[in-house]
Amino acid sequence: MSALEIALQGTAGALSIDVTFRAAAAPLVIVGPNGAGKTQTLMMILGASRPRRGHVILDGTPLFDDERGLDLPVEQRRIGFLPQRYALFPHLDVLSNVGYGIAAASRQERLRLAREVLRDLDAESLAERRPAELSGGETQRVALARALASRPRALLLDEPLAALDVSIRRDMRRFLAERLRAWSLPTVVVTHDRADAEALDGDVVVLKGGAVVQRGRLAELAARPATAFVRQLVSGPGL
Amino acid sequence: MRRTTSVTTSVLPAVFVAVWVALSGLGPAIAAKPPSGELVVFEAASLKEAFATLASRFEKDHPGAHVVANTAGSQELRAQIEHGAVGDVFASADQRHMSALATEGLVVGPALFACNEPVVVVRSALGASLKTFADLPRAERIVVGAPEVPIGAYTLQIFQKAGASYGAGFAAQLQAKIVSHELNVRQVLAKVVLGEADAGIVYRSDAMAAKGKVAVVAIPAELNVTAAYPIAMLKAAPRPELARAFVDLVRSPAGAAVLREAGFVPCPGR
Amino acid sequence: MSAAPSAAQRRAWRSPLLAIAWPGAIGLLSGLLLLLVALPIAGLLFSASPRQLLAGLGDPLVVPALRLTIFTTTVTLLVILTCGTPLGWIIARKTRRGIGAGPTARLWRVLETIVELPVVLPPAVAGVALLLAFGRRGLLGPALGAAGIGLPFTCAAVVVAQTFVAAPFYLQAAVAAFRRLDPDMILVARTLGASPPRLLFTVAIPVSWPSLAGGAAMSWARALGEFGATLMFAGNMSGRTQTLPLAIYTALESDLRTAQSLSILLVVVAFALLVAIRAGARR
Repeated sequence: MSALEIALQGTAGALSIDVTFRAAAAPLVIVGPNGAGKTQTLMMILGASRPRRGHVILDGTPLFDDERGLDLPVEQRRIGFLPQRYALFPHLDVLSNVGYGIAAASRQERLRLAREVLRDLDAESLAERRPAELSGGETQRVALARALASRPRALLLDEPLAALDVSIRRDMRRFLAERLRAWSLPTVVVTHDRADAEALDGDVVVLKGGAVVQRGRLAELAARPATAFVRQLVSGPGL
Repeated sequence: MRRTTSVTTSVLPAVFVAVWVALSGLGPAIAAKPPSGELVVFEAASLKEAFATLASRFEKDHPGAHVVANTAGSQELRAQIEHGAVGDVFASADQRHMSALATEGLVVGPALFACNEPVVVVRSALGASLKTFADLPRAERIVVGAPEVPIGAYTLQIFQKAGASYGAGFAAQLQAKIVSHELNVRQVLAKVVLGEADAGIVYRSDAMAAKGKVAVVAIPAELNVTAAYPIAMLKAAPRPELARAFVDLVRSPAGAAVLREAGFVPCPGR
Repeated sequence: MSAAPSAAQRRAWRSPLLAIAWPGAIGLLSGLLLLLVALPIAGLLFSASPRQLLAGLGDPLVVPALRLTIFTTTVTLLVILTCGTPLGWIIARKTRRGIGAGPTARLWRVLETIVELPVVLPPAVAGVALLLAFGRRGLLGPALGAAGIGLPFTCAAVVVAQTFVAAPFYLQAAVAAFRRLDPDMILVARTLGASPPRLLFTVAIPVSWPSLAGGAAMSWARALGEFGATLMFAGNMSGRTQTLPLAIYTALESDLRTAQSLSILLVVVAFALLVAIRAGARR
């Protein structure tokens, strides 16, 4: 069973991070206020910043283990990443963007596989377009396709819907939740939005000041909030 | 730590600005009009030390006067004067440039005041192997003045004469070893002193100025030329009285003595 | 028809004096600067007849100087691009935010300052410095001599002098451009498996291309005009080390027209280069 196991302690700027969790079949949702350390946690999982202690284990393979002095570089971790503003490569067309991480025998093969991934995401028609011409929702789908095309063993999404227009967010949310469930990759989603957490229907980890305040399903959090902060968080419309 | 940072960022720029303003206040005026009592002398590069001595003597004899030297290749000074540079006296290392200015009516009454003898200077490490003028082709890198520079023109004449005496092959060898045409004689000297060039042709007075740092090889009398230095007052000199006095000093026995000490020789037939 | 100006807008122009004085002041100040720049160029281009200029171009100094200038500045540019791009990349990566203020970052920041030093160094100082490093008695002199390499007075010395003074212009542009890259984009490329060279060549350089081209143009222009350091370090020898600027200076003392023709030639070459690079940048 593929799973992503995290136990991390470290500093990011002025913040002390201390996080443990496990993401397996259903997406794990990390929620918390600004400055809670959500993005920094993602950076540590990816290998972009180095925690002081802990381990990152993906499908049983350790990617980072300070006791063994193991720290795989970002390029070798095979973890897909969707940043908040998607960060498509502006100088490449959509097809080349998606094909960037595909290992294939020839360029033709790479682009063919890229086209397939786009098709799975209902985005094949965008293949020849340039990133600057895409709408918010289209950009997101292309970014997702790009991350998936490289066949990652885990997926990290940083506020995947925040950059989208409110009007299309509902449809995109449903689309995303469906696909994530279908791929069953260990996935971590950082979000502000309670509706996102509901749609994704997985375990929720509440982060504040770099530490885990409470974890569980959304319903549990709503029923038995551990602190006033959590109660406020899960009751309001925005998280 | 934080307090030091804010002191640094606020006090340091202020100090910097204050020093900058103070220093610029000591500089010369931005417009062309120099203060009265200041005498501007355009002098060939080889006259630097001799004229510095004469300048201090002049300032002692004429209290309140201040001599400002503009030292460069004679061809450059001539170009400056032709383009309207303001000065009082011009002393050239050859008659060519002075005659040109006289023809253009820019100088008054040029007269010879000293002569100089070209010599070969050799970088000190090579002093043992380059002892005579005939040895010169042994040098790997020879530096001479550009043809417009007086010493460059004299060098061309010397090499021509050498070709006539020692054969075309000799002259060709010399030509092949030339690696640079410098724009004043002191640049030629500098390259040899620095050890970058093996040999160069400069004036005897320059070789004396660099005594100990280079080896000197005389040029055979039948090949050599005499450099004749004329001096004149500029037509548009702002301080003609002072200019005339300076020229008189240079041409006086006292002036001749200073020049002789620097390595210049009295001109033949004077 | 636009709406009537608001009370605030009307207040701004209430004083008719201001309405005249402001555009007047701008016009005067900018006009002065424009004149200062345009007049010398006009003097250069128009104060002699075309026949005189063409005659000036017939001087034997001209063709060797032109060929040498084109050759050396091209080699210089290639050296600067080849060495400066990776250097700029490393500096940008090692001094980026998030990497902290550790000793490595500080070292790279110091190196960055050192490599940008030649910009404020007067060319004459650069010439002396080059002699003290690579001259016969310089720091590397004996080593070079043992290897049979004598730098001063050679064509290679011209390239060295030009590179020394011109490299910082490109480097500054490269470091700035690479620093501006979206860190998320770089990170995504890495998660997709891009090795450091692949990251540099397939993402960093293409995305930064316009800024890099601009830096290359400035760098090339500086190399074209380089005079003082070249004169001191490489010497002045037609066909070997006498670049266009040196030829102009040498010609100036004998024939103003030749100097003028050479100057126009240099302006034309520089202009053509700039246009070429701008066109390349817009690609």
